[in-house]
Amino acid sequence: MAAARSFLGVPVYKPRVAFFELSSCEGCQLQLLNNEDTLPDFLSLVEVVNFREAMTGGTDDYEIAFVEGSVTRGDEIERLREVRGKAKTLVALGSCACFGGVNQLKNRFDPDWVKKEVYGDRQVESERAKPLEDIVTVDLRILGCPINKKEVEGIMVNLAIGKEIKTPKYPVCMECKANGNTCLFDLGEPCLGPITRAGCNSCCPNGRAGCWGCRGPAEDGNLAQMTVIMERYGFSKETIIDRLECFGGFSDYASQLRTIKLKNSS
Amino acid sequence: MIFRIIKKEELEKLFELLASGSRVIGPVETGHDRNSDPIYEFSEVSNFSEIRLDHTMTKLPAKKYFLPYKEDLAAFHMKGRDWDKSVDYHCDSPSVFFGLHACDINAFNRLDKVLLGSSYPMPYYAAKRKNMFIVGVDCVPGPYCFCRSMGADTALQGFDLFVTDLGKTYFIEILSDTAFNFLKRIKTSEPVEADHVRYMDIVSKKNMKFEAHVDTTDLTKILDMEFQSDIWKYWGDKCLACGTCANVCPTCYCYSVEETVSLDLQSAKKTRQLYSCNIIDFAEVSGGHNFRPERQTRLKYRYYHKHRGFVEAYEDSLCVGCGRCGEACLADITVPKVISSVRGGAV
Repeated sequence: MAAARSFLGVPVYKPRVAFFELSSCEGCQLQLLNNEDTLPDFLSLVEVVNFREAMTGGTDDYEIAFVEGSVTRGDEIERLREVRGKAKTLVALGSCACFGGVNQLKNRFDPDWVKKEVYGDRQVESERAKPLEDIVTVDLRILGCPINKKEVEGIMVNLAIGKEIKTPKYPVCMECKANGNTCLFDLGEPCLGPITRAGCNSCCPNGRAGCWGCRGPAEDGNLAQMTVIMERYGFSKETIIDRLECFGGFSDYASQLRTIKLKNSS
Repeated sequence: MIFRIIKKEELEKLFELLASGSRVIGPVETGHDRNSDPIYEFSEVSNFSEIRLDHTMTKLPAKKYFLPYKEDLAAFHMKGRDWDKSVDYHCDSPSVFFGLHACDINAFNRLDKVLLGSSYPMPYYAAKRKNMFIVGVDCVPGPYCFCRSMGADTALQGFDLFVTDLGKTYFIEILSDTAFNFLKRIKTSEPVEADHVRYMDIVSKKNMKFEAHVDTTDLTKILDMEFQSDIWKYWGDKCLACGTCANVCPTCYCYSVEETVSLDLQSAKKTRQLYSCNIIDFAEVSGGHNFRPERQTRLKYRYYHKHRGFVEAYEDSLCVGCGRCGEACLADITVPKVISSVRGGAV
């Protein structure tokens, strides 16, 4: 591991950090380890004391806990409370931890049917998928499915030198236009870019795939108008709700929408 | 102004002369939209055949080449407690813009007023603007175009030469000595009376084709009178606050600046990002107070800057009527509709 760093002659804060996962694919933690050329620099900013995916052993003496995944079982609630008790700062890592993520899609179905469909007759505990903040206080949210490694690196740098951590308040459209993309609505594709928080560098629209809202709502996102537009472009209510419900960031609005009759609904 | 006539095949020769020494940016077709209409964008071109001189409005202006959406203003290299600063204007060679419509040329002229003509010119813009050669091209107004209302349907300055298709030949307006010297190297002829008549005929036919109009009579005063109008709430409720109108606008230059430190803590940079006054935190200041937290006040601000404040400061609107914002707005908010509703007090 590289030596402790300094910035403008001042030694930087090097926090003891730990990574944990609840119900998730662990893909966000994998993202952190993916970027191998910047990994040594990343590791020089923090002291990793617990990271099951990256190291053996580990201690419970940490200051910042990054928790990936949503809460779906009683033992996860206990574990999360324990982590919260030990950590000075608790960071929700990725869409599952922030909003319930893809896991919360099951919340719209009958829980017994879901269990039967996935696990058959095996007896497993699997409750409604919840974001971390339904159980404990979350100090910082790192959005995305998966998280954007560059964004996390920026956050770690700001943490080290004591600079404010900011997430864009504007929607994905800002990044999409800057990247010179043709609007997906012009191409006849639905897209949640106008209401979803940016920070992903519009990675899905860059590949001509509409946004599914994994980073949740932008601040002051005009959800009602977005629904009107989706309708005007001929997308059905189910298409709109499917998108809004996918990652959980828009779940309140999506359930509201279920009760409203739209023109295109069958 | 000096006029010349060239045969159609001579334009390609002119392109090759220009392209031999500079990069050329021109309108190209990139695909088709959901209605099977062609999509145009500005792109670097190496072959004359890629350029679509008959292009209708491009989705985005050529802004990324002269006012990049993101541009590093300065880089810093740390040396103990000190640092070295380096500044790069990101303009290594001249650029040729081949095929700009009059509205986009006028956009340059209006940007020049604030970015070159003010007390503190912007060197990053100046470096690029002073190193470009512009070939303008005539056009046919589309359904969103209202450049004629904004006095931007013809370009009187700010370009090097302007090409109008007379059918069998091109009518060339020469504005710069650079252009004059380039034209010495291809075959040209003096226009005759019939060419002038044909040119005037094409211009008057173009003027009849505008479908969108904005009445700018006394607009600065009317906007002042209608500052408290309920009409702003109507448009604010529709607005997505997504910033697209500013990003597709050839004259929107507002920006934010962010400083970032590299992961190894050895360097840092200051980056300018084009911003939009419709974005929630555009008027948020230190301490968290937001002067324009509602969508309607931000949307209104955009109209006041373009159609009132800029006119009072520079005797021109900061809108050239290219119509891109109206075409791009998913919520169907267009300048002609908004201005007409403000004037009439109803949608």
